[in-house]
Amino acid sequence: MCPFPVHSGEGAPPYSENSMIREGCSGLAKQNQPAMGRALQRRENINGYLFMLPSLVFFVGFVIIPMFICIFNSLTDANMRDSAVHFIGLNNFVNLWQDKTFLEALKNTFIIVVVSVPTVCAFSLWVASAIYKLKGPVLSTFRCIFYLPVVTGSVAVTVVWKWMYDNYTGIFNAVLKGAGLIDKNINFLGDSRFALWCIILILFTTSVGQPIVLYVSALGNVDQSLVEASRVDGATGLQVFWRIKWPQMMPTTLYILVITTINSFQCFALIQLLTQGGSGTNTVMYYIYYTAFKLTEQSGHFGYANAMGVMLAVFIAILSAVQFRLAKEK
Amino acid sequence: MKTISGQNKAYKVLSIVILVVLAILFLFPLYWIVTGAFKPATDIYATKPVWTPSEWVSTNFENLFNRRSAPLFEIFGLQGPTVPAAFRWLINTVFMAVVAMILTCITAAMAGYALAKKRFRGRAILFGLIVCAMALPKQVILIPLLREMSDLHLYDTLWAVIFPTVGWPFGVFLMKQFSESIPGEILEAARVDGSSELRTFATIVVPMIKPGIGALAIFTFINSWNDYFMQLIMLSSGSNFTISLGIATLQAETTIDMGMLMAGAALAAIPIIVVFLVFQKYFTQGITMGAVKG
Repeated sequence: MCPFPVHSGEGAPPYSENSMIREGCSGLAKQNQPAMGRALQRRENINGYLFMLPSLVFFVGFVIIPMFICIFNSLTDANMRDSAVHFIGLNNFVNLWQDKTFLEALKNTFIIVVVSVPTVCAFSLWVASAIYKLKGPVLSTFRCIFYLPVVTGSVAVTVVWKWMYDNYTGIFNAVLKGAGLIDKNINFLGDSRFALWCIILILFTTSVGQPIVLYVSALGNVDQSLVEASRVDGATGLQVFWRIKWPQMMPTTLYILVITTINSFQCFALIQLLTQGGSGTNTVMYYIYYTAFKLTEQSGHFGYANAMGVMLAVFIAILSAVQFRLAKEK
Repeated sequence: MKTISGQNKAYKVLSIVILVVLAILFLFPLYWIVTGAFKPATDIYATKPVWTPSEWVSTNFENLFNRRSAPLFEIFGLQGPTVPAAFRWLINTVFMAVVAMILTCITAAMAGYALAKKRFRGRAILFGLIVCAMALPKQVILIPLLREMSDLHLYDTLWAVIFPTVGWPFGVFLMKQFSESIPGEILEAARVDGSSELRTFATIVVPMIKPGIGALAIFTFINSWNDYFMQLIMLSSGSNFTISLGIATLQAETTIDMGMLMAGAALAAIPIIVVFLVFQKYFTQGITMGAVKG
């Protein structure tokens, strides 16, 4: 995932408008010299596609084609044992809604998203507004520290957290016991009351790095003349923040909401390494993996797993659309 | 007036204190990995936490290295000397991340330039497709991708991890953003001077979008190093593992030897953290540029 505020959706329209204006201009230029027009267009076509070619090979071959196969397979009973593939329409999707494991995984996934997205946003906004005015080296030190869990990598992070949560030698139990808050050790990852929250906590520490970086740069880009003007008019710090800065940072917030939602939906490594979907921590992404690749009775049901993948994509699309809507209304 | 500034000051001090506490909490797992890697077993299994190692030992690394071995390299049937598997995993990971980075930067810079500056037909459709693909969850396509790779006889090779990383369209999008700022007059002047398209690209375009390429390079490197899910699906034999996958496998085999796991985690995390810290300049540059563009 990238830390740039590229606003994949909303950033696009103004951009294409820009290029349309420019295209319009070059179109006009072409009309002025009609003899050149067609040869020029042909040269642009050839050169354009030649420059696109290396990238297109990978993009089409390893993103677009699998995407279509995924959609197609979701309508079939493709599996590991039987090489014959039958078209079964929307059966997979109907079955999903009667699959207790899937519904449970869906519930857990939504809990993760609903809890982590707002907390990540609020936390990173606070941290960013507390550090963005600090001196250069101090600012970059803080930014670095909050970004480190992202860089460290999910496996290293998970392995150490697993130890920290451990029933016998874990530091959480030791500290809680030392503080007199508990008398018996808690099996954090084995107890369905705690496991999901433990995972959300780790997810949180690995999710705030990028939003903080984005908010710091967004706060630095806020139009200072407006801030000064409102200060002169006697606005308090909070008023300046909510009336002046917050609206200007809306595109960044929107982008952060969307990427955090996607990240939370795809929470996989933590589950696979910590609980393997046990203690009430199954998520859709883990269930997809389990259905497709885990060596069990019902393994290798590619069609069914693909149908879940399509559902996941649909949920993410819907949530992103809702977030766009809400942001626009504001 | 005075009370407000006093309140402000108190708030500032308080927020700095909270920030420092948070920073310590965020650094703690890393500290725990590094110290854990050098702690003797008695410290590791102590029920009371041992905050600093009572003695710095290398047994954890020895255990890690003795546990599995693999040839240092295998090229065209040629096998290198047998070494601890962890070294092989590190070499694999570096190879994978570097190749993915180079390929991504080249293809994305070319495509981004074309999308920004060439008025070819179908440009808008292509760009739309790229934006749509970026919004989709990457993991969803992994199942078909796996079958595609086994059809291409690439399954269980590092290429199966590299190619989809290169295909991911984010880089193209970013490079397009950067290429937009190249003035058309310069390109036109080069064309009038008889410079070939490739020459114009190499001598004029690339130097102008260098900060963008730097940013893309560091992100591709870090992401590809840490893309555990893709590695898990695509690689199956121990000598093809990446360091993340290797540590994850050890973790599944032994949940008891925490010291060894911390040594492995340190081995996986420290190189990438060093890379991140060294190239931070590009990182911040890229973000500020990206933010201005966005």
